[in-house]
Amino acid sequence: MSLAHRIIPCLDTDGERVVKGVNFVGLRDAGDPVALATRYNSEGADELVVLDIAASRDRRPTFLETIRQVAAELAIPLTAGGGIRTLDDGRAVVRAGADKVTVNTAAVERPALISELSREFGAQAVVLAIDAKRSGDHWDVMVRGGRESASRDALEWARLAVAYGAGEILLTSVDRDGTQSGFDVALTAAVSRAVTVPVIASGGAKSPEHFVEIFQEGAADAALAASIFHDSAQSIRALKEFLAARGVEVRLPC
Amino acid sequence: MIVTILDYGAGNVPSVERALQRLGAESLRTSSPEHISNADALLLPGVGHYAALVRALDEKKLRAPLVGAIQRGVPFLGICLGLQVLFNSSEEAAQLQGLKLLPGTVSALPSNVKLPHMGWNQLKKKRESSLLAGIGAGAYFYFAHSYAALDSNNASVATSSHGTEFAAVIEQKNIHAVQFHPEKSGEAGARLLQNFLRIAA
Repeated sequence: MSLAHRIIPCLDTDGERVVKGVNFVGLRDAGDPVALATRYNSEGADELVVLDIAASRDRRPTFLETIRQVAAELAIPLTAGGGIRTLDDGRAVVRAGADKVTVNTAAVERPALISELSREFGAQAVVLAIDAKRSGDHWDVMVRGGRESASRDALEWARLAVAYGAGEILLTSVDRDGTQSGFDVALTAAVSRAVTVPVIASGGAKSPEHFVEIFQEGAADAALAASIFHDSAQSIRALKEFLAARGVEVRLPC
Repeated sequence: MIVTILDYGAGNVPSVERALQRLGAESLRTSSPEHISNADALLLPGVGHYAALVRALDEKKLRAPLVGAIQRGVPFLGICLGLQVLFNSSEEAAQLQGLKLLPGTVSALPSNVKLPHMGWNQLKKKRESSLLAGIGAGAYFYFAHSYAALDSNNASVATSSHGTEFAAVIEQKNIHAVQFHPEKSGEAGARLLQNFLRIAA
């Protein structure tokens, strides 16, 4: 009996439609968030993440409505974020039905945002998203959708964010994102060992083998993927059966 | 029967409401002492900081009606913090007093494992349980907490484990409580909520 490794589908949205790009650019439409959420919920997803990657102010009400509709269909935890800059932004997504809020750029610029959210909703509800990119012998924190370097060491930032009250880290490899060449095992293992909170690995997933690798060698507590699930290239049920057969503890749907 | 959900201004009230709705149950969310005193069945959801829950119960004058209703035998279900607050106190806010309906205290989970204990874990059944009726032994439930009742003085019908064993399901007369989130635990969670509705009916 121990904690199962989690499989988390991610819906990157422009506010109301699911979109997908490679290395954060070249977006294309990938479907209706409510329909996808419903499918993943019944296929045995352990959680769902919904991000507003456009994060434009005028489309925020549309995104909140998307969260509301997705939350209504789910019997599993929902994390939402993208463009969360203030405590009020966080409150709005929680009120719309999210169980956890994810913060990224705004937290790099003002780490107190993490403490404010953590005090109000508890550390378990605050997910720090880090977009990391290899730079020589370390990993740089990238901000603004992975486009700009924050000139900050990813491991150091992860440790600091936990001290500020983050309860989980969603770690995306900018180098691997959208490439389908596998998760970044070295990055994930380094961050997972540097912090005391669970780490969700993201970026680069394609084959079931990639998931075995990130759990067994990357010390990930959860793994997140988007396009392979949206395209039905990989069913969550079949992925979990594969992992169980390889000795990775997962929650198999009944 | 209407399930009265204590809405103390934080927590997972909407998702609990939706989970009950999916089961066809009627619920009322309230922070009124009168509604609590007159409830057929009570549900205390909770997520976040122990201190926020205890302070809200006192500020909204809900402590006395809640304890009174539970002592009169009104069926009660506590979720997550709603389990922890039943005990005397918690290490998370040691200066505050819990509802003292169960003996013992709530402690931090050990620091040799990742915290919060976040995700899906299984249960170890200690004795027969009405809440767990019809739920398979291997079922997983969703947990998200860093504190737990490590010694529940035999009030637990099932435990779970993360660094150490802790109370996962409590049943003592009309008092029912779970450390995990049934409203977020898929079909197994829905079955548990349905069992509570049957017990309370």
